[in-house]
Amino acid sequence: MPLRLADLPRRRYGSPGNAACPGCPETMGLRYVKMALGDNVVLVIPAGCSSVIQGIRPKSGINFPILNIVFASAASAASGMSSAFEMLGQDVKVVVWAGDGGTADIGFQALSGAAERNDDIIYICVDNEAYMNTGIQRSGLTPYGAWTTTTWTGKTEPKKPLPFIVLAHNVPYVATATVGYPQDFIEKLRKAATIRGFKYIHLHAPCPVGWRFDPSLTAKIAQLAVQTGAFILFEYENGRFRLSPYSGMYRDPKRRVPLEEYLKLQGRFQTVLKDPQKLEMLRAEIDEMWRWALLLEKGMASPELKK
Amino acid sequence: MSGTAAVVEKPKTYWVAPISYPAPASSGKTGLWRTERPVIHLEKCVKCLYCWLYCPEDTILRREDDYVYVDYDYCKGCGICAAVCPTNAIDMVPEGGES
Repeated sequence: MPLRLADLPRRRYGSPGNAACPGCPETMGLRYVKMALGDNVVLVIPAGCSSVIQGIRPKSGINFPILNIVFASAASAASGMSSAFEMLGQDVKVVVWAGDGGTADIGFQALSGAAERNDDIIYICVDNEAYMNTGIQRSGLTPYGAWTTTTWTGKTEPKKPLPFIVLAHNVPYVATATVGYPQDFIEKLRKAATIRGFKYIHLHAPCPVGWRFDPSLTAKIAQLAVQTGAFILFEYENGRFRLSPYSGMYRDPKRRVPLEEYLKLQGRFQTVLKDPQKLEMLRAEIDEMWRWALLLEKGMASPELKK
Repeated sequence: MSGTAAVVEKPKTYWVAPISYPAPASSGKTGLWRTERPVIHLEKCVKCLYCWLYCPEDTILRREDDYVYVDYDYCKGCGICAAVCPTNAIDMVPEGGES
């Protein structure tokens, strides 16, 4: 069911006056979590920008009850909380709001364990493609060729295909979303809330500070990432894989917006734009992602027919 | 035991955890960070609510008739509202000049 914006209640979803940078995608994303899931939500936040946005006691800058926890145990803590709420008979959704470093690098064993146990949590990975909070260091999810403070001439390894890795755990629900298309993200969150078991949502979040672009372009760059094919929106639900409508029209590379349109707005890709060889490598990385997505779409389109 | 929920004893409190509660202005009036101010021209507004949806700070508020206004106490002036507006009804005006 498509979402009508005018139907959403007039209320404050976020908490104005927090410590986030202007144009921050995380505060945008947290508002959409509130719009989608309402008030019966508890967040588990490992170290990251979201820990800083809360500010100092006695006020909190995020409009949710939050458990702040160390990097390596966000998913485990959420599993325990989910079981505790179940024992108490309370209908509370436990959401992990972790950055890309806390998901793909440091917190990965906890994520993998929670996925294997199929604990009833929603895991949202806010993928801003580097360790932004500590000063823009490279992470496993930084794309090829991107500048960070630890990769001065551009990263030499491709991005870890994390949504596909979680999908391989055979969990009930895996989806990718972006802050550029909030309606899509809200619908996916609402669908995830109805499913029992481990739900994983990969949220693409362009960071103005770390990606070196103007704060006003956060939404536009997130949309361009989808339109150029650099980020693929899909949904995997009970053995069925499908591309989301926003990404489905870019299956054909000829219909995509040229990749340079996405790269030239960001300061971190300037070395890639100057070097045609690096640009080809980045293109190859994106093509590889699309090859995986299209293979999965072909192979997992209709599990009913195989039975 | 009655009911399905297990009886859980209230744990003894040994220390008081520092708990903070959600409130506006946890980092002060962030409107002071602003260098450019969004000004909405309501005659061009088509009530699409994109600015309200994309505003990271929740500083674009909806009136009863779904026209929008800005909370200048907390607006950080990022300009996302002006960038996503389909009818260019929002202008970014430099702060400090004539109003």
